Amino acid sequence: MSKRFVSIWFRQLKTDWLTRRQPSLKQVPFVLVLPDHGRMIITAANEPAKIQGVYTGMVLADARAIITDLQYFDDEPGRAAILLTGLAEWCIRYTPAAATDTPDGLLLEVTGCAHLWGGEEQYLTDIAKRLHHIGYDISIAIADTIGAAWAMVRFGKKINIVEPSRQADALLNLPPQALRLEATIIERLEKLGLRQIHQFIAMPRTALRRRFGQELLNQLDKALGLEEETIQPIQPVVPYQEKLPCLEPIVTATGIEIALQHLLDAVCNRLQQEQKGLRLAILKCYRVDGKMISVDIGTLRPSCNSRHLFKLFEEKIATIEPALGIELFILEATATEDLSTVQKNLFGHKGALDDIELAELLDRMAGKIGAQHIHRFIPDEHYWPERSFKKAALNEALATGWKVSNPRPLHVLPRPQLINVTAPVPDYPPMNFRYMGNLHTIIKADGPERIEQEWWLQQGRHRDYYIVEDEEGKRYWLFRSGHYDVEKTYRWYLHGFFA
Amino acid sequence: MTATKADIIARLQKDIFPLQGFKTALNNTALDKALGPIKNAFPGNHFPLGVMHEFISDSKETVAVTTGFVAGVLAQLIQDDGVMIWIGACKNIFPPAYQSFGIAPDKIIFIDLQKEKQICWAMEEALKCEGLVAVIGEMQELSFNASRRLQLAVEQSKVTGFIIRNNPRSLNTTACVTRWQITSLRSRLPEGMPGVGFPRWKVSLLKVRNGKPGSWDIEFVAGRFRQVNSIPAIPLQVQQKTG
Repeated sequence: MSKRFVSIWFRQLKTDWLTRRQPSLKQVPFVLVLPDHGRMIITAANEPAKIQGVYTGMVLADARAIITDLQYFDDEPGRAAILLTGLAEWCIRYTPAAATDTPDGLLLEVTGCAHLWGGEEQYLTDIAKRLHHIGYDISIAIADTIGAAWAMVRFGKKINIVEPSRQADALLNLPPQALRLEATIIERLEKLGLRQIHQFIAMPRTALRRRFGQELLNQLDKALGLEEETIQPIQPVVPYQEKLPCLEPIVTATGIEIALQHLLDAVCNRLQQEQKGLRLAILKCYRVDGKMISVDIGTLRPSCNSRHLFKLFEEKIATIEPALGIELFILEATATEDLSTVQKNLFGHKGALDDIELAELLDRMAGKIGAQHIHRFIPDEHYWPERSFKKAALNEALATGWKVSNPRPLHVLPRPQLINVTAPVPDYPPMNFRYMGNLHTIIKADGPERIEQEWWLQQGRHRDYYIVEDEEGKRYWLFRSGHYDVEKTYRWYLHGFFA
Repeated sequence: MTATKADIIARLQKDIFPLQGFKTALNNTALDKALGPIKNAFPGNHFPLGVMHEFISDSKETVAVTTGFVAGVLAQLIQDDGVMIWIGACKNIFPPAYQSFGIAPDKIIFIDLQKEKQICWAMEEALKCEGLVAVIGEMQELSFNASRRLQLAVEQSKVTGFIIRNNPRSLNTTACVTRWQITSLRSRLPEGMPGVGFPRWKVSLLKVRNGKPGSWDIEFVAGRFRQVNSIPAIPLQVQQKTG
């Protein structure tokens, strides 16, 4: 049985894609541009723009002279390939072997597939209708060879069916461009007045080879089916998912543990082989009564250690309510990353922040007490004490160093506490203050250190900080908010405790 | 004859230390040097590592002082890129201050917990992790059983644990190897100098297994603990000059 191939041609792949994302652009002329030698070259134009005379390869400035309100967007060099890969994956519903045909087409090998849709016509109509519904303007053709399908889709009607073994007849009236030839060969054919395939298809092969090279004969053979041509189907990514159906419904925690262990081993085995690590995983338990319960875990670093992952899940097994029993377990790794293996230190050097053991410890803690309770702080470039540090992820590098020029207290009050002081004016430290009902007489003091508000962040009074030591040697961080003034609007606060 | 007897006793003593949780292999000479006179209170004249230390404090001020002392000790323990975990109420922590004690604040992971049960669980888990330099926990009460669990965990993993107990209801027996109390002392400056001097603390080692408890007046200067003579009570005088 001969093979059958479908070729799909996206007339305006990139602009159709953008219109899908921004439906308001449908009636508006717009183009996609890329910089080239200091000019903006149009890489794709949509239908309204094309009607007014804009074409691919034009300079943007010229196009804007034609259409003054022409909208333009930045193109990305590899975008077409990405879009086609996505579309090829989508086409796997029609055939197991789908391939991309850059820059603007797809190739499907559909041998033995079409009858499932009730014949080739229905098959093609279905693909065309669905893609049209999604928003792509396409042509589609089916033939025995890739070459014939490619030719018919670009030089034929919207939907073309070339009957088995009739590709030669279909090609006769097409121009030589339909044979996927190089520009130089086409030019030479054009010079000799050979504008349709039937004009040269019957010529002696030696004469054709001498004048146009082997390339023309090869392409002709491929289109006619005399030479085999294959496609390279895309390999869709298989999700990291494992299923475990149970013969008897599972109702005990031990049963769930066994199932979980089984699934984790399978997933981790595959992850290990592919050098991947799991970041997020979800365990779905399908109950007999039709309900689904899921528990999820997350890790700080990619991990494929099933023992560690089991420990993370173990904390949550108690939350799974089996009711009448669980009949199906599905474990899915929803986020994975490349596994980076850290070299172990040979000598007794204590681990750093990238230590795997530490990451596993923090995972366990995050699972039990919540990740919001785990903090790491890095410096932030602010003078205002509350803003001088910020929370950071475990692997975040320091953008700036810690400041040590001015002493800072080890402990602070979350909110500075208002205190009553006796203080001489204008800028001496207080003589005593009252805190928690006790009077503290100040013996030694250092300051003031003025910290101004960062006006671009917050308006308000500045603070004059003093380090003071009372008669027992306890050290405090006090500040006066604002200047001394006649109305006595300034306030004294206790902010922190020094060691 | 007496010399051999002393030798035997010394050897037996050495054999007993590991059974009691002291690990001589972990000794840190830099720390011992920085500790000055305090190290003589410990068995073998080494600050015990890989054990639990308990600190008692009674107010916010003394917690800060105790934290200062612990930070001074930790600064010697932490190597280039060692990591420690600090478990307790993090809203009072001011990370940038640790830098002046010689600890990079970004190498500390703070676990913000309030409930004692959770803190105990987190401490035990953290102490089992060999990749850490030290684990510091702030809590109020520590039962004997809980302390025993923590001590057993460190004996396995050789991580050093510090517990800062703020205002405990009772000073119950715990399995910790040492019990400390740090209080502040008035600092001294040369005559007529403005500002505040180096921090001075009264370091009391209330309990130490197989050691000699004691009390020292210590001044913390440039990452070192320096013993100072007890200050005679000087009359209170309000110093108006500032630095």
